Amino acid sequence: MIAKRPEKHRIVITGVGLTAPNGNDLPALRESLLRGQSGVTRYETRYFGPTVAGVCQFDELRYQRRKEVRRGTRAGSIGIYCAREAIRDAGLDWENTDRSGVGIYVGVTEHGNVETENEIYLLKQYDYDTQYWSHHHNPRTVANNPAGEISLNLKVTGPHYTLGAACAAGNAGIIQGAQMLILGDCDIALCGGVSESIRTFGIFASFHSQGALACHEDPTKASRPFDADRNGIVVAEGGCMFVLERLADARARGARVYGEVVGYAMNSDAYDFVLPHPERQAECMELALRRAGLAAEDVDIVSTHATGTTTGDVQECLALRRVFGNSPRTLLNNTKSFIGHAMGAAGALELAGNLPAFADRTCHPTINLDRPDPECELPGLVANEPREMAKVEVILNNSFGMLGINSVVVVRKI
Amino acid sequence: MTPAEIREAILDILSDIAPDEDLSRLEPDVPFRDQLDMDSMDFLDIVMELRKRYRIQIPEEDYPALASVTSTIAYLEPRMKDVPKK
Repeated sequence: MIAKRPEKHRIVITGVGLTAPNGNDLPALRESLLRGQSGVTRYETRYFGPTVAGVCQFDELRYQRRKEVRRGTRAGSIGIYCAREAIRDAGLDWENTDRSGVGIYVGVTEHGNVETENEIYLLKQYDYDTQYWSHHHNPRTVANNPAGEISLNLKVTGPHYTLGAACAAGNAGIIQGAQMLILGDCDIALCGGVSESIRTFGIFASFHSQGALACHEDPTKASRPFDADRNGIVVAEGGCMFVLERLADARARGARVYGEVVGYAMNSDAYDFVLPHPERQAECMELALRRAGLAAEDVDIVSTHATGTTTGDVQECLALRRVFGNSPRTLLNNTKSFIGHAMGAAGALELAGNLPAFADRTCHPTINLDRPDPECELPGLVANEPREMAKVEVILNNSFGMLGINSVVVVRKI
Repeated sequence: MTPAEIREAILDILSDIAPDEDLSRLEPDVPFRDQLDMDSMDFLDIVMELRKRYRIQIPEEDYPALASVTSTIAYLEPRMKDVPKK
């Protein structure tokens, strides 16, 4: 039973633009997910040394000139690529679009670390004499930079800002976009998340010090959520931006609709800096479903958050069993097993990779599940090979982050 | 450095700052702003690169001297005559 939502509050996804370690548009990402194709490779970073990471290879110069790439940030480049691709994918008549009615809402886990690490590294060569510190540093490191660079590139004069929501940021971007459309703050929302995180050494070093950084002699096997031999997180860069519109506007211009955002929720664990709280995660899922007017058994696919940490995966499974324990037809999967943890982009990318399931009725798997951890038992978990389904109408997307931030987005086929 | 070497150094810096521009047809007497897509942050890049590469300090009141290739060479020549070419 779907909640009766006022027509003007119905929000739909009409465009997707993305870059992932295993694909630079939705068809490529989907094909990789169905073929079990990982995007994790060997990677090396200053001070930390050899490791593994999800690295994106998209054409930075498709939508930017060399000077713009040099002036801006990697996060900005990723955001611009994804936003421009999303607009193209949505078939918007961009030349005739009122730019003051477009809002840009970009989720990030953090921003500024890449540029600061680089500046300090360069400054050391001048004996820490700050007259050699770049005048570009401030505009590169303000937290709105990724959204601001999209605004500059697209000449969007509507609102732009980033949302800092740790690993829940991709979902947070989507939620913000939907809410701003409902409030009438914008008529088109460009929203999602980006990650440039692999360009810092600090994130690798910190996860490593925490005992939470994955390693494996085969990079494609390093990200192993729910597997008994998992040993941590694979850091990844990536980006995914959606075009969200009101359903009425999408229909008026004959847009192709990927799905409707029928429910969402965010809450906080209020528990620990890094350890998750399964009851709060379950409450977040239940809240999103309630707002969508749906029951757990209405959900066809759950896109899990699981990052491959020993504790985090177990806690999420406790939450999932509480919510979906009586939903035998609900299937679950995981995208981080393919591409690693794309930080601010994770929630958005993981949702995007599942959207084609409405049409192809296939649940992509979680890969690298060779020896399932008994503490991560999930009856509906699709392991290693994709699974055909009789129908796919509802997808629920989880993203949970540090400081106990939880987010859930529910999308329904139209 | 000779005026010719200074000119080469300026063009090298400009090729980093304005990588999309065709510098082969740069008019030496026309201000940079009138023939290249450059803003105030780009001019600061020129000042910073001269500082980094040649340890040349340029006070803010002298920035207008960096308007064109010709004026920049004229300004830098006395200041860089003892600076070795890189």
